[in-house]
Amino acid sequence: MTSEISNPVKRLDFDEKINGSIRYTADMEHPNGLFAKTLRSEHAYAQIINITTPSLPDGYFIITSKDIPHNNTIPVVENDWPIFAEDEVHYIGEPILLIVGPDIQMIEKLMDQTIIEYAPFKPTLTLKEAMQNPPHLELSYTKGDFDHTTLKVLDKFEETFETGLQEQAYLETQSMMAIYEAPVIKVYGSMQCPYYIKDALQNALAFSPENIEVYQNPTGGGFGGKEDFPSVLGVHTALAAIKSGHPVKMIYDRSEDLSYTTKRHPCKIKLTTYFDENHHLVAREADIILDSGAYTGLTNVVLQRLSFSIMGVYNITPLHVSARAYKTHTPPNGAFRGFGGPQAFFAIESHMNHIASRLGVNPLDLRNAYLVKQGDMTSTEGKFRHPVKLSELVWRMETMSDYRNHFAESEEYAGVGISLFLHGCGFTGSGEKELLKSKVSLAKFEDGTVEIKASSTEIGQGSLTTLSKIVAQALEIPIDKVIHKLPSTANCPDSGPTVASRTTMIVGKILYELCGEVKRRWNEPRFEVSAMYKYPSDLFWNNTELKGDAYPEYAWGANVVRVTFNPVTYEVDVKDIWAVYDIGTPIDSKMVKGQIDGGIVQGLGYASMEEMNHIAGKVLQNRLSTYIIPCSADFPEIKSATLFNPFEEGPFGARGLGELTLVGIAPAYAAAVEQATGVKVNALPITPERLRRLIHEQRK
Amino acid sequence: MNSENEFSIVFSLNGDEIHYLGDPTRRLLNVLREDYHLTGVKEGCGEGECGACAILVDGHLYNSCLMMPYQINHKSVLTIEGFRESKRFEIISRAFEAAGAVQCGFCTPGMVMATEALLRKNPHPLRDEIARFMSGNLCRCTGYDMIIKAVMIASEAGDGLW
Repeated sequence: MTSEISNPVKRLDFDEKINGSIRYTADMEHPNGLFAKTLRSEHAYAQIINITTPSLPDGYFIITSKDIPHNNTIPVVENDWPIFAEDEVHYIGEPILLIVGPDIQMIEKLMDQTIIEYAPFKPTLTLKEAMQNPPHLELSYTKGDFDHTTLKVLDKFEETFETGLQEQAYLETQSMMAIYEAPVIKVYGSMQCPYYIKDALQNALAFSPENIEVYQNPTGGGFGGKEDFPSVLGVHTALAAIKSGHPVKMIYDRSEDLSYTTKRHPCKIKLTTYFDENHHLVAREADIILDSGAYTGLTNVVLQRLSFSIMGVYNITPLHVSARAYKTHTPPNGAFRGFGGPQAFFAIESHMNHIASRLGVNPLDLRNAYLVKQGDMTSTEGKFRHPVKLSELVWRMETMSDYRNHFAESEEYAGVGISLFLHGCGFTGSGEKELLKSKVSLAKFEDGTVEIKASSTEIGQGSLTTLSKIVAQALEIPIDKVIHKLPSTANCPDSGPTVASRTTMIVGKILYELCGEVKRRWNEPRFEVSAMYKYPSDLFWNNTELKGDAYPEYAWGANVVRVTFNPVTYEVDVKDIWAVYDIGTPIDSKMVKGQIDGGIVQGLGYASMEEMNHIAGKVLQNRLSTYIIPCSADFPEIKSATLFNPFEEGPFGARGLGELTLVGIAPAYAAAVEQATGVKVNALPITPERLRRLIHEQRK
Repeated sequence: MNSENEFSIVFSLNGDEIHYLGDPTRRLLNVLREDYHLTGVKEGCGEGECGACAILVDGHLYNSCLMMPYQINHKSVLTIEGFRESKRFEIISRAFEAAGAVQCGFCTPGMVMATEALLRKNPHPLRDEIARFMSGNLCRCTGYDMIIKAVMIASEAGDGLW
């Protein structure tokens, strides 16, 4: 069954993208403009003793922390992230100053001539070292009655999972441009969250809000990497534009982007499952550790989402979760599609497989015995309030993939793996209610066109088109009567950041409801109306106790992956990929497939090949020839489907989608590899090198 | 640039005859973007891994970030800006739309040029042949299947054009 709104339409930005005429930040002219480059720390942890700068030719400038009129911090959740290092550096690559001028080669020469003297300290480079000190973030919660003394007598199975860094690797590197037209600072660039940059500018410059304007330029991919990090470039270019009086552009080259921007948090998860005498799974414990990098950034929110996702889709109560994050002298980690979910589901789903294997039962039978249903408690003792169609999802997946047969009759060096997963749609905790207060406007004009004004950004996912579709259909007007441009803080209210799979479900919903008012006043020639998100009144959240509805809603998924293994080269070849999701009503089936295929392949990259390490605090894989992401020859066609289960509170029944598709594929891949190789895999990425090591260790 | 480092290079750029006088060892990508404002040619990695800067030189696919002007002397260069005027582009464009092969758009011009290069060589490629040929063009949004389908659709719709 499908809904009319699911029928695909042509993307609003299709023509200018296919013919190459769309201009990203690097493509834009900036007459009389200057370029800025960042001079970075060469030490992971050191005191800055002295900075000797060369004499500057005319038209060249140096920008340091002394040029910041107000706070030297990038405000994320905590204010511990400096715009420029002042007395100390905390990771290799930390910005110390900018050199700004008309010629990039001259800038590079001047950078070589700038001498920084350091007094190095002993850095903390690994999680293991970091754990000698107390964590900087900590949380714990318990679902049900977790009584250690009762559990102590039970059988238990305990294991640890580890995952590494992952780089977003958007094709367009971080890019920003600033123009100062006193008293107004205007920042243009590649971004997910214009209002985050505005906040960062206000915090650094102390300009009054009306004198700060942030404009989104066409953005070549984000995946979370352009959530928090662009604030750094935004403030850097703004400071340079104010000091020089010229427009200033900053375009990271690939190596700079790979080395110093935020990545997915490396993670270590210990899971313990308790069994009664009938081998029933009666309790579970999770202990989670994250590497924050040098500064907090978004780590506390990632830590929360990861911790709340760790129950998986299973009702195994009691559940006790404790989680900690430690700082290391490496670049700050941050947002990446899934936001803690991929780490959690790799651990929990692999753990379920290992339990099934210990108990000698089919992995799917084990899962089926514990699936959550509508009305059950979430991890944080909120409620799954809406129909949970997990059994139907599993049944669809079984029929589509023939999983049981593949599993039972697997040939030598072949394997199949399954995963079930969920993703909370929208901000964690009471974010949607208290932090964001999302607002949108609709302007109706004399000619019957309607303009959407929302700060939600088009980063490739198609939100310009999907939000326009929602408005067009709600107003019953053709989509070409809807105007929707890339947002700016000057023209659009703050509809919240473009993150957390919230744009269609939350922003789309506010627009949908606002259309009611537009319809009622349709005969008026010209007007503008606004509305804010109405947080469902039956939700509650206690942020101190971590109790209640951590998310307004959940989206669900199942993946099956079939692989073969080459025992000579240790290479794994993916033969089949199946995916079924419950995302409510798909707003555009083509856009939905784009999210499914893209998320799965990005998740398979995480699972199989994307490896990034620090050696002595320095990123080893700092080029696309060493940090390997999937190419067109790596994976087969993905067979996917969606369930019919409209979400009554979403626009036309839609739930969140963007992150869900990445979250669950790694454990399905890992399970398939385990069956094909006969070894247990508790860490990602599963590269041929890792497999070779595991096979040699485990066959001893 | 002093005159002893300047070279005169003649080439065809999107059908126009060009006399380039300058450093013969600049990156061709910069020459195209800076001197001729052909910003459809993108820089994604600067080392020939991603294909965002792909162009055709005498009909063959090259990464312009790995080329220098002296290598195109007396050759014919085609970028997206020239190719988009053609009938074949129209077919490829419609195919990319039908397949949903465009998301953020940054890899798109390179993908279009790679499609043209492949169909010139092999007007009716199989799925595997497409996947292998396009493997030098990275896309982080689509997961590639929709791009591969687009090439198949173009191959069918443009039967006889290549």
